[in-house]
Amino acid sequence: MNKCMERLFNGLVKENPTFVLMLGMCPTLAVTTSAMNGLGMGLTTTVVLIMSNLIISLLRKVIPDKVRIPAYIVIIASFVTLVELLLEGFIPTLYSALGIYIPLIVVNCIILGRAESYASKNSPVASAFDGIGMGLGFTVGLTSIGMVREILGVGQIFGIQILPSSYEGMTIFILAPGAFFVLAALTALQNKVRNSKGKPKAVGCSEGCGACQNTSCLGKEQTKEAK
Amino acid sequence: MKELIIIAIGAALVNNVVLSQFLGLCPFLGVSKKIDTAAGMGGAIIFVITLSSAITSLIYTFILEKTNLTYLRTIVFILVIAALVQFVEMFLKKSMPALYQSLGVFLPLITTNCAVLGVAITNVQKEYNILESVVNGFATAVGFTIAIVILAGLRERMEYNDVPESFQGMPIVLITSGLMAIAFFGFSGLI
Repeated sequence: MNKCMERLFNGLVKENPTFVLMLGMCPTLAVTTSAMNGLGMGLTTTVVLIMSNLIISLLRKVIPDKVRIPAYIVIIASFVTLVELLLEGFIPTLYSALGIYIPLIVVNCIILGRAESYASKNSPVASAFDGIGMGLGFTVGLTSIGMVREILGVGQIFGIQILPSSYEGMTIFILAPGAFFVLAALTALQNKVRNSKGKPKAVGCSEGCGACQNTSCLGKEQTKEAK
Repeated sequence: MKELIIIAIGAALVNNVVLSQFLGLCPFLGVSKKIDTAAGMGGAIIFVITLSSAITSLIYTFILEKTNLTYLRTIVFILVIAALVQFVEMFLKKSMPALYQSLGVFLPLITTNCAVLGVAITNVQKEYNILESVVNGFATAVGFTIAIVILAGLRERMEYNDVPESFQGMPIVLITSGLMAIAFFGFSGLI
């Protein structure tokens, strides 16, 4: 049981996918125009993450090592399709708000990353909890970015008016550039905290592409070597 | 013809794939330190996206629609794209070593680029025919190249600037991209 709680804590705080690992940046920026959309996207991803972690962990001894990545992708894509059809059927408003980003959950690096680094090596229960932890961490990240953008952009949170109605919304924050600015501010804040604690900066690929970590780091190394 | 030009301008400038749709952010932020590498990445992306939008749209029209299996599109597309990238890499290595030298290192990165799958799905959702899909794919990739080369140019200049400590690295790049996104809003009057 302890291990399960540890996985939850790990996903929510220690290795929060949005703020610490900086994984899955595309949906993070694209759908967080409001807190509600962020929450919807986060929960959708969580469902896919739990199910795929569970199944991959159950099949980890069956899948041959050489074809594991295609196998994982097929499993993930099946769940994404399933979730997409369910959303279309039961929550059509969310389905149309998230649009193309639902099928794109397939290429979200968090999911493949967890499959590769955790679910393929651990028991089904622990993997499912890892999925819950990571998914909730992602949801918290998306919802908070969505909240910041919504309150600055229109003065509301979850559609409820927070700031006085005389507040003139800064529309830029719910448009594309706002996403970049909010994320920049949040990352700078995080750097500030890290610097003041005197910890060394994260090693490896900290500089840019935390997203799509392994492959991109690999690519950078290769680019360096090629020069 | 007019339709095609509108699709091309829309995809390359107005709805720029990175700056307004946030697809393909990882290479955009990750490989934009130098202009040459950025241009190389752009070239590889143009090549792969044009090819993959042709192939996925062929598969969609002639196989999935004919057999009423359109709900399988996500699974089919991602596998086709992954296989295609592998295949292109092998093909280039064997028959065009010079091109492989310049694009080679970027090819493995492209599978994880959500822009490729994104374009394939957009083509389906907007019900483009095969020619329109290819034009849309090509123009989207050109838009990506424009954006990444501009960002790389800016970053080369920024290297010598005095950036506040907390904003060094990622945050300043994000702010630059945000400003670029505002600039790209100017194109929305074009269509």
